[in-house]
Amino acid sequence: MTKLTDLTVTEAVALLDKKEITAVELTEQHIVAAERGQKETNAFILTTFDQAREAAKASDARRAAGKAGAMDGVPIAMKDLYCTKGVQTTAGSKILEGFVPTYESTVSQKLADAGCVTLGKANLDEFAMGSGNITSAFGNVISPWSGAEPSKAARKLIPGGSSGGTAAAVAGRFAMAGTGTDTGGSIRFPSSVTGIVGIKPTYGRCSRYGIIAYASSLDQAGPMARSVADTALMLREMAGYDPKDSTSIHIPVPDYTKALGQSVKGLKIGIPREYRLEGLPAEIAAFWDKGAQMLRDAGAEVVDISLPHTEYALPTYYIIAPAEASSNLARYDGVRFGLRVPGDNLIDMYEKTRGAGFGVEVRRRILMGTYVLSAGYYDAYYKKAQQVRRLIRNDFLDAFKQCDLVLTPTATSTAFGIGEKDDDPIQMYLTDVFTVTLNLAGLPGMSLPIGLAADGLPMGLQLIGRPFEEETLFKAASALEKAVGFTAKPAFVG
Amino acid sequence: MSMDIETVRKIARLARLKIPAEQEQSAADDMTKILNWVGQLDKLDVSGVEPLANVNDGNLGWREKDEVTDGGYASDILANAPEKMADFFTVPKVVE
Repeated sequence: MTKLTDLTVTEAVALLDKKEITAVELTEQHIVAAERGQKETNAFILTTFDQAREAAKASDARRAAGKAGAMDGVPIAMKDLYCTKGVQTTAGSKILEGFVPTYESTVSQKLADAGCVTLGKANLDEFAMGSGNITSAFGNVISPWSGAEPSKAARKLIPGGSSGGTAAAVAGRFAMAGTGTDTGGSIRFPSSVTGIVGIKPTYGRCSRYGIIAYASSLDQAGPMARSVADTALMLREMAGYDPKDSTSIHIPVPDYTKALGQSVKGLKIGIPREYRLEGLPAEIAAFWDKGAQMLRDAGAEVVDISLPHTEYALPTYYIIAPAEASSNLARYDGVRFGLRVPGDNLIDMYEKTRGAGFGVEVRRRILMGTYVLSAGYYDAYYKKAQQVRRLIRNDFLDAFKQCDLVLTPTATSTAFGIGEKDDDPIQMYLTDVFTVTLNLAGLPGMSLPIGLAADGLPMGLQLIGRPFEEETLFKAASALEKAVGFTAKPAFVG
Repeated sequence: MSMDIETVRKIARLARLKIPAEQEQSAADDMTKILNWVGQLDKLDVSGVEPLANVNDGNLGWREKDEVTDGGYASDILANAPEKMADFFTVPKVVE
């Protein structure tokens, strides 16, 4: 029999429903794997195995009573940006160490209602600011993957960020799925470099209530798992209008699992010429072409499109996101929660608390954000970025007159080594060149594996859809997944 | 453009963020680099373009009824307070 840790969520739920396995067995095997996984990868800031065991027992009881939810008994990782009642929530920051929320985020509550068993709070870049999971105050996450080349095998690789703990746990087979959040690529980039599937839904699809804010007009919650079907199921359980989030949209959530396996015949797939960057590695361009050909073979039509303002997306993002962050993070002042460093007076207490509690990257973004919002610079930077943001959104809305979906690489490289891009913040920012555009435009996008590169590491392609048309994404992604047949596992899993 | 230490101090003060003296220069250098990089946007003519603050602008519903639906749990609110007294957060003395 296959190891239970190798099952997808969809397979596990089927076996649970047939009473061939129990939630207790499934959880116990994942806990054993997670104990080792934690030592090797540091994927969790906090493990909650005892609560997971209790939750698994309760799940078996619900199933026996015929009251099982859609994901009942499935062990997952919860990004430590989601507030969980009674369980420490840190956002990867020293400033929130020891913070125990007295309320639950809407999305984590929905997953609990669906029966998910949470194994722990997954590590992340501090306040979700990073692409490598190397800015967490609780240590770097190390990818379960190691490269084929000796030079890569010897290095410790990033799992991508900011949802790096979730990516490591899911790719390392010690969580069946997990939650991420995505402000500029924080679900899709980690998914790409760890060979899993992740979707950032349309802005407004999932409630942001109880998810610690980074940049509120860009942040979205989404699922990460090892199959397209699993992310479809999980997103269905996570999504929906929430009166507690005024930006969540009041429209019905379709059953995304119904889109799986539907024909892509006649779908128009746009290939944006501006994404064929100068210096894009030939290998990645070849994967991109291969993905387009696979969709063509499945009956889709491939068309060239233009997204003329693409090159301005990253600079736009690095004005808007820090601006929103500087305002969101003003709440960490040592008064109501988290760290407090005594000072000579109130302002001194604020300054010392924030200086001691925030890491270098967070401080950098707070300074940038404060600067672009300050008197005299607001119009030149912040307002201008908001104007370019509209141009970027218009690019997509125009392109979607000619196509139903857009296909691009998720990233310009496979995983890099920890410490390799630390010197220059801009080098790290460039990681998100193919992913930030969607956050600015509010569109849904997903990353799924296309294969292993020559260095033995996974690489993803990204599909981008029209607002609230996640079903089309799932339809095309399931066709692509079938054609790719990605089965590679990190050597770590054994 | 180039960011000097004076400006970094001013911004840090606005942000209520203490930057250790030995890190001020590197903070200034980082900001200079980033500001020059985002300066690429100056190549674009955006005159007449309406700024976009949130993609769902204009698409959000009104609250159905203006009524209190939450609250009344001071002990929860205070549960994580670094310092408190009765039902209040406490801070260093502000008024002499």
